[in-house]
Amino acid sequence: MMKGYKHSVSLDIEKCKGCTACLKRCPTEAIRIRDGHAVINSVRCIDCGECIKVCPYKAKKATHDPLSVLEEYKYKVALPAPSLYGQFDNLDNIGYVIRGLKDLGFDDVFEVACAAELVSAYTRSYITRENIKKPVISSACPAITRIISMNYPYLCENIMPILPPVDIAAALAREKAKKEHPELSDEDIGIIFISPCPAKVSYVKNDFSGERNYISAVVSVRDIYFELLDKMKEREDEPLESTESGMIGIGWASTGGESAAILNDRYLAADGIENCIRVLDQIDNSDFTNLDFVELNACSGGCVGGAMTVANAYVARARLKSLKRYLPVSPNRPASEWIPDEYFNEKEIEYNPYGLLSSDRKTAMRMMSQIQAISKELPGLDCGSCGAPNCTAFAEDIVKNETGANECTVILKKIMQEHGIEQDKILSRYSQMIENVKKSKESGEDDSE
Amino acid sequence: MPDKVRFHFDVDGSDFSSAGAASVQVKKKLRQLAYPPEIIRKVSIAMYEGEINMVIHANGGVVDVEASDEEIVIVLSDRGPGIPDVDLAMQAGYSTAKDNIRNLGFGAGMGFPNMKKYTDYMRIDTEVGKGTTVTMKVKL
Repeated sequence: MMKGYKHSVSLDIEKCKGCTACLKRCPTEAIRIRDGHAVINSVRCIDCGECIKVCPYKAKKATHDPLSVLEEYKYKVALPAPSLYGQFDNLDNIGYVIRGLKDLGFDDVFEVACAAELVSAYTRSYITRENIKKPVISSACPAITRIISMNYPYLCENIMPILPPVDIAAALAREKAKKEHPELSDEDIGIIFISPCPAKVSYVKNDFSGERNYISAVVSVRDIYFELLDKMKEREDEPLESTESGMIGIGWASTGGESAAILNDRYLAADGIENCIRVLDQIDNSDFTNLDFVELNACSGGCVGGAMTVANAYVARARLKSLKRYLPVSPNRPASEWIPDEYFNEKEIEYNPYGLLSSDRKTAMRMMSQIQAISKELPGLDCGSCGAPNCTAFAEDIVKNETGANECTVILKKIMQEHGIEQDKILSRYSQMIENVKKSKESGEDDSE
Repeated sequence: MPDKVRFHFDVDGSDFSSAGAASVQVKKKLRQLAYPPEIIRKVSIAMYEGEINMVIHANGGVVDVEASDEEIVIVLSDRGPGIPDVDLAMQAGYSTAKDNIRNLGFGAGMGFPNMKKYTDYMRIDTEVGKGTTVTMKVKL
């Protein structure tokens, strides 16, 4: 198991009502409701952010660095994700965003979209190599990489070993800052990624790119949005900065963009974590070697659908489409097809299975038999009121001693009915309570709430 | 203490889009039971092919999996049309799948050969007009 994994999805206990919205949505069944609020199992959580998106009480939060992190550095470089450009209504030139970031206090801006174009070029070259496992699966979405490492031991090798655009952008941005300002030390330079999603935060905080982590901090698109918007409005008529990225780089923000950039049609692109899991299940079981490339995005719509964005994913995608219309295809090209060693991820994707009942098979089998037997007794409604996402998960929790067996309200009610235990008393109390509430409104009293 | 765990699945023949779902379930269960990845892979590929066969040719059926410390036994049973010539059906590339199935990317005639390839034992009991039972074993 991964030790000390730093997650970026957290819970505000005050706000959490213990409803079952996130419980039902979590793709890895990482959430349980205990003592009236959600608890996230950090071994299972992939930081996809589904629970953040679905929480009706806004109790789930993405953890990231605050904007004040800028103050920690003498020289600050913004790394805007291409999805940032899709957040603004009526934006007709990306130059405004870049200008706005500089007005916000950044000394320089290095667009992740520029690095994405390099990664696209390297991908085109990588997929023509012999002796690689096909289809090559994109390494861009960290939630996907993590679920592969947990569930698909045979697909770990399919993940593209080249670093995702944000890492390459960070490396290049740091290099540029040092070249332009040789007086600066490494600690003086803050490379600050503006991220659409919590999975990217975890990726950075856990040093998934190993020694080559050049990113200093990660702030969210949502946090920077309003201040940035104000700055952009202030300077509306001023001379613009201009974007250095092209259609391909900006295309990475939504599903299909990364794939389209391989410039052949032997690819598959899917989004939404459930859809991605289904695709992975199928690739795992059958022959997909006729495909060169698979792009999977945990968020619907792609990165524009991230839990730390502001705009609706599909609105953002439409805006990006018009923003990139008159841009060159791919102005950022590597000097040669040769992929520099430092752009390869030095950390291999390790298989870390989850959900193991016991590493001793005899014990695991005994537990499995118990789970099967208990499941048969459960109602199979998957209502979630016991705090587990479904009846099977509840049976597993009981056998693993993670919950009490008497949490199933359906069984409790059935037993009460069968035995008539104080049933009349309870029922009359229950109806009395509802009656009282009704009456209080009939007579017009107690309108205080 | 139980030395075997059994799983039972109904394979719905009318819903092509859910074909392969049982093997995904088995994969999850075997992972929980600490079977090594290579064993899980063999079982899941063999079972996946069998499931697809049942949906394409036999309008569904049932799958029973029995997992022990020595082996994993997969039994796929259907009440489909049966296989007139088993030797022919075992040949790589031989397929009786209709065009609409082939258009979906199935019916390449690799089902049985793959099932044989990924298992240590395979037996086909079939009777034309009655149905087919395929028994496969993956040894640990």
